[in-house]
Amino acid sequence: MKLTVGFIPLLDCASLVVAAELGFAAEEGLDLRLVREISWANIRDRVIVGHFDAAHMLAPMTVASTLGIGHIKAPFIAPISLGLGGNAITVSLPLWRRMTEQGAVAGDFSLAPAEALRRVIAARERAHLEPLTLGMVYPFSCHNYELRYWLAAAGIDPDRDVRLAVIPPPFLADALRAGQIDGFCVGEPWSSVAVDAGVGVIVTPTTSLWPLSPEKVLGCRAEWAQHHPEHLARLLRALYRAASWIERRENHVKVAKLLAQPNYVGAPEGLLYEALGGRLRLQPGSEPTAVTDFYMPARHAATFPWVSHAIWFYAQMVRWRQVEFRAEQVALVRSTYRPDLYRDALQGLGVELPSVDTKVERFLDGRSFDPDSVAEYIGS
Amino acid sequence: MCPQRLERGSMSEAALRILLIDQNVTRASILEEGLREAGYTTVMVLRDTENLLRRIVDADPDVICIDLENPNRDVLEQMFQVSRVVRRPVAMFVDRSDSEMIKAAVESGVGAYVVDGLKKERVKSVVDTAVSRFKAFNDLRDELDRTKQALDERKLVERAKGILMKQRGLGEDEAYALLRKAAMSDNKRLVEVAQAVITAAGLLR
Repeated sequence: MKLTVGFIPLLDCASLVVAAELGFAAEEGLDLRLVREISWANIRDRVIVGHFDAAHMLAPMTVASTLGIGHIKAPFIAPISLGLGGNAITVSLPLWRRMTEQGAVAGDFSLAPAEALRRVIAARERAHLEPLTLGMVYPFSCHNYELRYWLAAAGIDPDRDVRLAVIPPPFLADALRAGQIDGFCVGEPWSSVAVDAGVGVIVTPTTSLWPLSPEKVLGCRAEWAQHHPEHLARLLRALYRAASWIERRENHVKVAKLLAQPNYVGAPEGLLYEALGGRLRLQPGSEPTAVTDFYMPARHAATFPWVSHAIWFYAQMVRWRQVEFRAEQVALVRSTYRPDLYRDALQGLGVELPSVDTKVERFLDGRSFDPDSVAEYIGS
Repeated sequence: MCPQRLERGSMSEAALRILLIDQNVTRASILEEGLREAGYTTVMVLRDTENLLRRIVDADPDVICIDLENPNRDVLEQMFQVSRVVRRPVAMFVDRSDSEMIKAAVESGVGAYVVDGLKKERVKSVVDTAVSRFKAFNDLRDELDRTKQALDERKLVERAKGILMKQRGLGEDEAYALLRKAAMSDNKRLVEVAQAVITAAGLLR
């Protein structure tokens, strides 16, 4: 069975690459062809027109497309998650200097550095300087919502106090160097690339903000899944096995070597290796810092498509005025995530599977998100 | 974008302003030539995308053409989402032969239009389709905005009526008549008077 799947060069395309290259797809009788794409809009469009059967996709994109926000309406589903975590917030060296003057300390993953940033912004405002510009990769992305959450938790209004701009990941380090942006939120290895280039400081991994935070999923058209249940089940099994294999530390060298190839991520092998193991160099020249549960390809049920994630994305879309809240849309949002397909595909593997579809999500600012009371959450 | 611009564009091809964003010099020149041969005389080419927003505002194009292999497509999408001022139809090109994809793309309306092997002759129909689809989509959005505005305005008038009824002991029809009279004598829109009543009531509370 031939399958064509699109991906964007990022650390978390690893399970797709390993499934295709190391036999996990072939064991399921799949001829898995991966196509490297350059923009998220292209990924979405090529899935819609059937050029790709499925794709490495920003998790919120599946919800946005199903609801028809920002583009034409095309029902997508997310039957498996491609891991948790892997993102970081990075700032330029000049901005980091201003932040340390306001009390920020490297390696402090509490909200204190964001509060230091708030004081920097206030001082700039008093001096009538231009607002800072922060980069992220797409309006419907976890990076956008995590960055906004982090800023807002420290009292910074992401729409008024700073400018947010979309910059494709491979351009972020250059944009930081050129002073076009003052910081960004992105998936690995692109924060490490900026630190390695001597132009950025990693302020915090976003897993400190939201432990077990989602990132990418495998996305496909709901209609395609309906017509190709066997293809999809095989792909889910192959991806689950590949993710579990990547999880093992002794395999990291091999994964990093594969991903470093120019047809996959095309970033330095050493940076990919460290990111796989959760060791981040926070500042140019510093020793790597071990970050617990930074990138989780499989552990902590990382591949399970939690319906609560989909509902949280919708709540963020409402919070940041990408869409108006309509109670009747919640059912549609829920139906985008398909734990039922995940369980059906994996039940024969003898692995432990979550028995519920949602969970309460907890955040650094002490707030939690209960997916069953989304209307109350939005109202608060 | 304002609808007059599009109408002007459809009246005369020469008047349609096209902004071409392509880092690939060869491809950009094939497209530019194709567009000129199709009768589009105002073609501007951007080779890089620094300060893109500013440059789009300055160029004020009717259509933006971008190659599908340009990662800045995501940048354009965000700009259109944030600012109605720069929202433009986008036509996309890629020099891959895949006629199935062209057909599927045009039918689904995703706006990803592909030129088969990048033939100059196909450029015009792609641009035309992009413009007409954008216009249809934009009309629909304007219609929705107008409906929403009308609803909002009605709510304001209702609130102002309520205030007058309570504070001056008027009936519903009398309150409405009073608002209308004030609007006519001041040469203002009903909703403006309603807003003034609501603001004043807030101040006097």
